[in-house]
Amino acid sequence: MTIPSVPPVLYLILSGMLFTIGVIGALTRRNAIVVFICIEMMLNAVNLTFITLSRFLQSMDGVLFAFFVMTVAAAEAAVGLAIFVMIYRSRETINVDEVNLLKW
Amino acid sequence: MLEYVWLIPLFPAIGFVINGFLGRRLGKKVVSWVGPSAIGLSFLTSILIFFELIERAPSERLFEKVIFDWVVSGTFQTVVGYQIDPLSILMALVVTGVSFFIHIYSVGYMHDDQGFARYFTYLNLFVFMMLNLILANNFLLMFVGWEGVGLCSYLLIGFWYEKDSASDDGKKVFVVNRVGDFGFLLGMFLLFTSLGKNGIWSLDFTEVFANANKLDPATVTAITILLFVGACGKSAQIPLYVWLPDAMEGPTPVSSLIHAATMVTAGVYMVARCNVLYTLAPVSMAIVAIVGVATAIYTASIGFCQNDIKKVLAYSTISQLGYMFLGVGVGAFSAGIFHLMTHAFFKGLLFLGAGSVMHALSGELDMRKMGALRKKIPVTFWTFFIATLAIAGVPGLSGFFSKDEILWQAFSSSHGHVLLWLVGAIAAGMTAFYMFRAVFLTFFGESRVDHHVAHHIHESPKIMTVPLMVLAILSVIGGYVGIPHVLGGANHMHEFLAPVMGGGAEPAKAHAGISLISQAWASSGEAGGPSAALEIALMVTSVIIALIGIGIAYLFYVKNPALPKALAERWKGLYKLIFNKYYIDELYEILFINSLKRLGTGLWRGFDEFIIDGTVNGIAYLIGWISSGLRKIQTGLVQNYAFSMVIGAVILAGYYVIRAIFY
Repeated sequence: MTIPSVPPVLYLILSGMLFTIGVIGALTRRNAIVVFICIEMMLNAVNLTFITLSRFLQSMDGVLFAFFVMTVAAAEAAVGLAIFVMIYRSRETINVDEVNLLKW
Repeated sequence: MLEYVWLIPLFPAIGFVINGFLGRRLGKKVVSWVGPSAIGLSFLTSILIFFELIERAPSERLFEKVIFDWVVSGTFQTVVGYQIDPLSILMALVVTGVSFFIHIYSVGYMHDDQGFARYFTYLNLFVFMMLNLILANNFLLMFVGWEGVGLCSYLLIGFWYEKDSASDDGKKVFVVNRVGDFGFLLGMFLLFTSLGKNGIWSLDFTEVFANANKLDPATVTAITILLFVGACGKSAQIPLYVWLPDAMEGPTPVSSLIHAATMVTAGVYMVARCNVLYTLAPVSMAIVAIVGVATAIYTASIGFCQNDIKKVLAYSTISQLGYMFLGVGVGAFSAGIFHLMTHAFFKGLLFLGAGSVMHALSGELDMRKMGALRKKIPVTFWTFFIATLAIAGVPGLSGFFSKDEILWQAFSSSHGHVLLWLVGAIAAGMTAFYMFRAVFLTFFGESRVDHHVAHHIHESPKIMTVPLMVLAILSVIGGYVGIPHVLGGANHMHEFLAPVMGGGAEPAKAHAGISLISQAWASSGEAGGPSAALEIALMVTSVIIALIGIGIAYLFYVKNPALPKALAERWKGLYKLIFNKYYIDELYEILFINSLKRLGTGLWRGFDEFIIDGTVNGIAYLIGWISSGLRKIQTGLVQNYAFSMVIGAVILAGYYVIRAIFY
């Protein structure tokens, strides 16, 4: 039994949907951790695009990029979560609309 | 020995460095040795070089020593180099010699002054700069010296800077000098570029003068007039003479050295040095001669009514400088330099004598508060008297020979004119009058000295009187190097300077005035031909004029002291005019100073404050105003920023998408 191959355009559509959900989440949610998760989702949407097109174009470049993105995302997660911990310790909240001192 | 020409300016430079950096620590004793001996050594060097130079044949008396390359740019190259020729070595002898004696005198004169070391620092620096000016072998180094002496003059006039008048006058002197220096600079630029058009990019004297005939006459005239503007500034000629009387605020030896004997003669020296250029420009020569003789008679008249002994001498200096310019202006360059030399002796002496009088009278300068000092300070009196005889042109003393040489040349040279001679001769009589007025008021008649000053009138110490005596001897014998042929002399001066003054005036061509008179003389059958007889006649005339001047002074100030006052009453307006120096200072104040001030204020208020500051402040205000509106954008909410990024990204992506669809 052969698994019918999924046309790449579906993957791209999925990727676009994931990205859009990520953007909307990142822009609208107040909890910094959720915002952060949404950003991760956007990154993974991009990764999906990379891998899809890599497969489609028979090139390893996209895969390579996906690895880089994952590495950066991992580093970012570590730093980002550490910052959240520090913010919480000093302000007892991680709501992004309450952390708005950096303005006029 | 010629190789060692650089030693001449080096010694004062060393003295300057020692006195300047260590003077206060070394103490007065050391300073008073270092200062004069530095000058003494360069005087000695000059003498040795002089004797080596006269060993040579007249045509080979030119030696240039390049110390190092100074400015090298493309084809243009100028060096720091010194030039020894009859003119420069003569000047070096005069400058170092007179400076040496004035330095010695200063040790006594400035003995109790706080700024003793500072004084000698400036004085040594001055001599260094002056030697650069006269020994330079190119215009640029000469200009360095030219500016340097101006600086030292400023520093020394404002030496007692705690006095307002001294520092103010120092500034005035500096500013007026700058006007002249500007002319000098322009002249130099013009010379440089116009020679450059002929392919000679050089400012070296020998090269410039060798190629001077390649310039067209109009350019040479412009160059020489501009250079003469510089000379007017430095040598205090009309219209830039106003600074010299104010320069008297400095210590008296400074007035003697800088403002009588050496610096102020720099202009005359410069014109004589550029004689090749001036000979090519008869118009400039005429201007030089006319300005010179006008200054001579004009400032002599101001000298009539001055009561400050130093001011009298200052106007006298300007007047004598006018004579020198008359000399060089009629092409008698060596006569001008001759008078420069004798003037350095007797005018230096007169100032030192005035300083000695001040010393005796606790600093009194007003001749109305002097009188009858002849017996009390005999050395000062006799030396002052000898110098006065010399400047008045009494036969046998140095001033007679040099002044008469100039007057004769003014009459007889191809550039001369009877009127130039006439005005010069009258000015000579005026000189005799005001100088003897000064002598009579100071040393003769009733004593008008204040009582508390009168108690301690005393002759100056040896260290001051010895220089007076030396200069007095020089004032007497200084003229014997230039006795004219007509009096049986050899005129060594003229012969000696002849190689440098190659382009000088040719012997008298018979112009209308001469031929007219000489015919009258021809019949009398004097030995030496009509021209010699004429020369003697003119000589006798000028002596008679001088004697008349002396006689009037005697009548006014010894015989009948009430007379001048009566005359002043009678011609009140004229007296007031002359007494106030023809209101020239006031006129300049209105014409130049106030209008410049108004222009400056206008520029400050209108241009600087309104336009420049307005532009800068306006831009800053505009930015601030825009920013205060725009800063509302910065909410501090990260999500707002992210949102604007998304919008931007969407717009960019949308643009490409739409482009891809429609095109």
